[in-house]
Amino acid sequence: MLILGIESATAQVGCAIGGHEGVLASFHAARGRRHAEVLAPGIEFVRRQARIELHEISVVAVDIGPGLFTGLRVGVATAKAMAHALRVPMIGVSSLDLLAFAVRYTHRLIVPVIDARRGELFYAFYRQVPGGVQRLGHYQLGKPGDLASELVATGEECLVLGDGALRYAEQFDDMARVEFGEPVNAYPLATSLVALAHAQALREEWVNSWELEPLYLRKADAEINWQSRAGA
Amino acid sequence: MSTLFADEPSTRPTAAPGPDTRILGIETSCDETAAAVVAGGTRVLSSVVSSQVDLHARFGGVVPEIASRAHVELLTPVVAEALVEAGIDGDGVDAVAATVGPGLVGSLLVGVSAAKALALVWDVPFVAVNHLEAHLYAAFLEEPDLELPLVVLLVSGGHTMLIAMEDHGRYRLLGQTLDDAAGEAFDKVARYLGLGYPGGPAIDRLGATGDATAIDFPRGMLDAGLDFSFSGLKTAVINHVRKHPDSDTADVAASFQEAVVDVLVAKARRAAAEVGAKGLCLGGGVAANSRLRERFLDVCEEDGLRGFLPSRSLCTDNAAMVAAAGWWRLGSDGPSPLDAGADPNLRLG
Ligand SMILES: [Zn+2]
Repeated sequence: MLILGIESATAQVGCAIGGHEGVLASFHAARGRRHAEVLAPGIEFVRRQARIELHEISVVAVDIGPGLFTGLRVGVATAKAMAHALRVPMIGVSSLDLLAFAVRYTHRLIVPVIDARRGELFYAFYRQVPGGVQRLGHYQLGKPGDLASELVATGEECLVLGDGALRYAEQFDDMARVEFGEPVNAYPLATSLVALAHAQALREEWVNSWELEPLYLRKADAEINWQSRAGA
Repeated sequence: MSTLFADEPSTRPTAAPGPDTRILGIETSCDETAAAVVAGGTRVLSSVVSSQVDLHARFGGVVPEIASRAHVELLTPVVAEALVEAGIDGDGVDAVAATVGPGLVGSLLVGVSAAKALALVWDVPFVAVNHLEAHLYAAFLEEPDLELPLVVLLVSGGHTMLIAMEDHGRYRLLGQTLDDAAGEAFDKVARYLGLGYPGGPAIDRLGATGDATAIDFPRGMLDAGLDFSFSGLKTAVINHVRKHPDSDTADVAASFQEAVVDVLVAKARRAAAEVGAKGLCLGGGVAANSRLRERFLDVCEEDGLRGFLPSRSLCTDNAAMVAAAGWWRLGSDGPSPLDAGADPNLRLG
């Protein structure tokens, strides 16, 4: 079973092909070129390096967010169209799950944090379990101060990582129990996506392309303004 | 087709498109999610348009983020429907064309990304299409041997322009709006009059029952060149209603509409004369306006021009016109690179 993983929820864009042998080929770029320009050539690149044809793909996995809306949609639209044309199912994985999975060997609480712009962050809490990580609560959207309070409230040693953690590092770095992830772990990886999706695919935990939805965690501005005007 | 891998030969066909070449068109530049299959650049095998107008109505205009989200949700089902209606599957598609601009960047990127993905899987060329050029090709879908040069009056919520089409792929922008687009003026006036969104159809309906000569609204820049200006007219309508709160709304709507149509038609016929055009063609969402259609045909007859009015479904945003323009582009320029991006400010020519 071969899985194509597509990831574009942050400033980085990437894709990978893999299966039970692990990752056969992968590609990541984070130099500000637009995701839509890089992704399709990137997929063609990993396909060739993996020496397969696209019709050998049996599942398309995609990072469903949360993240930067426009980039996120490039990946989701690409993945949905690919799955549809290949007539294969999809697996959606959260960007926060991907960040946590990449550092699963720590005994600390794992706190992936993605920059949501406008002074806000997407984050969640995870703990290592055999074979992976387990999320301990909801995916959240909050200000750096909200996250700082939550980190204190855990009373545990935490590993805080992701582009949001690095951007607002000064808000957390006087906390005794907080350790920061490396810049190399700042973005979700398509290789993690393939690994996580492979495990899910073995359990046949997939959806059809028309059922997969991005995880935005934040409404469109107009909707927010509309609700506050309407007093809802 | 990517330039990154020039060392590896592509297996994709590079032959020029022929009369049976089937192109899947994808259009997501604004608030319509559309897909269509067109053969030979002119035969529409299917055309599916899913309008988001209801999603945006309560905001009184298109909200970019809401439009982008809806495109992600709707595009795959719309493409599937277009293929089913055309009676083909992926194997029957010879190229995938998508609007790359101008338009809302977030919306454009959904269509461009999906189109490239489909082109990769089906191993066929991807063709980047200019939305304005696509509007010009709407006419060829119903009238394949339209004679050139043509002058096209393109009027919608996003654009108001006069374009000389001298040959396939050769255009000259003769004039455009300096402020509001014509469709935008319709929306703003309709909102002010409490007629709801979208404004065009509302004013069209109500205006039909009013007296178009009741109020003499200004005809902006009527005698000055081929550019347009509608913001003064909009202000005049608002001032009139403030001064005469009991004026009949149907008369206001009819008089406003008449002022817009007067300017559009006068400039279109002047443009046709300047270019020595054989015909005059209408396109864009405002081309669905009944009064404009009527006056447009009158003028063409008076001036001995071939007047061409695409049916309403081809005037508003659709993907059949994208597929048609894609067929011509594929023939003239070949496939577009897979690293093509979207350009929200793309110009014609
Ligand atoms: Zn348009």
